[in-house]
Amino acid sequence: MAERRLRILVGKPGLDGHDRGAKIIARAFRDAGFEVIYTGLHQTPEQIVSAAIQEDVDLIALSILSGAHNTLLPAVYELMKEKKAEDIVLMAGGVIPETDIPGLKAAGIREVFTPGTSTETIVEWVRTKVTPRA
Amino acid sequence: MLAERVLDGDVRAAARLMRDIDDRMKSAVDELKVLYPHTGNAFIIGLTGPPGAGKSTLVDQIVAGFRKKDLLVGVVAIDPTSPFSGGAILGDRIRMNRHADDAGVFIRSLGTRGALGGLSRSTTDVVNVMDAMGMDVVIIETVGVGQDEVDIVSAAHTTAVVMVPGLGDDIQAIKAGILEIGDIFVVNKADRDGADRTARELSAMLEMRHPEEGEWFPQVLKTEGSRGVGIDELIAEFDRHHDFLKTSGHLQRLTEERNAKLFTDTLRDQLFEAVFGAIKEDGTYRQILDGLRERTTDPYTAVERVLAQSSFS
Ligand SMILES: Nc1nc2c(ncn2[C@@H]2O[C@H](COP(=O)(O)OP(=O)(O)O)[C@@H](O)[C@H]2O)c(=O)[nH]1
Ligand SMILES: [Mg+2]
Repeated sequence: MAERRLRILVGKPGLDGHDRGAKIIARAFRDAGFEVIYTGLHQTPEQIVSAAIQEDVDLIALSILSGAHNTLLPAVYELMKEKKAEDIVLMAGGVIPETDIPGLKAAGIREVFTPGTSTETIVEWVRTKVTPRA
Repeated sequence: MLAERVLDGDVRAAARLMRDIDDRMKSAVDELKVLYPHTGNAFIIGLTGPPGAGKSTLVDQIVAGFRKKDLLVGVVAIDPTSPFSGGAILGDRIRMNRHADDAGVFIRSLGTRGALGGLSRSTTDVVNVMDAMGMDVVIIETVGVGQDEVDIVSAAHTTAVVMVPGLGDDIQAIKAGILEIGDIFVVNKADRDGADRTARELSAMLEMRHPEEGEWFPQVLKTEGSRGVGIDELIAEFDRHHDFLKTSGHLQRLTEERNAKLFTDTLRDQLFEAVFGAIKEDGTYRQILDGLRERTTDPYTAVERVLAQSSFS
């Protein structure tokens, strides 16, 4: 009866106060059968990484609209490395210019989804690219 | 081995073991065997009550209160799993974020995954991992839907029932069960109208139960979780109940009940898995289903035969 279930932390780093996008993606993940740990707004990178470790998630999905993605997202990945948790997949979505994406990917962010991406596309990406740990 | 790392305080290992427990991995059982002798030290508090009553907000404040006393605190927060997708949104952490990067606090969210009594079936084992890690206090927040949240009573030493003002006449309709399970009653959102009245009515109902001499008499406390009002008093009441349990001998009885429940739950699970797995494997199950369809056998006889043929291993 053993059964692995994908666990995903959904949160919002930074100062902006909109969590509509994060909530939509959290619901889509739930409906896809994933277990979502929803941490809400205004998360520091330290809080995100600690929560991800305590919750043993397979994926950290961050929604970011504040424009601070180039500092916040790499900061999250650096902390993951520091805590030897870089096996967790890090993904982001939000208002992020195409030109910033290659730099973010080089900094450890596995995938970046821009506005207009359907939740189906994101769920499908998770299904194919993120496997629950062995 | 994860268990040894857990005993060394390795957070990552503890988190992974909790996952293995929740996912019902065989390996988790071996780890739990190693941890078991190191359990039995944590004071386990349960918080139950309807959704939106402010349980998570109170947990956040209670954690802060125990941290002020330099105690290590674990939290197990349970939210419902969707029966349709099997997925879940576990949102209790939202209220507890300020403790996320405090090394003295470990918070774990669990989905019910089909369990009905207000906890997940993994809850007791996950609490045991926190206990073995050296947490002084472990707080369990139950789902809070439905009225059969009775599992918390055997999972926790002290159960607090959280309510809100404005129940008004509805308080008469509260199931007797809820009065039975609470060691402490909390009227949260005391900033709202009717808090005093609700507290008074609750007290009156509790008094009608005529507790015997020497028994615990539950108090009704008012709190304001969002502003941290009444939390010191609540923590003092937790401590008072804990002392009562220790001096009255009730702690031993509770521990006994808790042990018995863990044993019988495990026995039930393992027997079912062993027997059902075996008859599925060897085709017996298929034959039974065929027999039931043809009405050549009945479920009662079929079970008796299976049991007679099982070696239970
Ligand atoms: N007015 C008021 N609101 C509160 C109080 N405590 C919590 N809340 C709010 O009640 C809502 C539900 O709280 P939550 O802790 O998530 O409830 P739970 O579902 O029982 O865990 C949140 O919006 C809290 O901010 C309180 O003392 N007074
Ligand atoms: Mg809650």
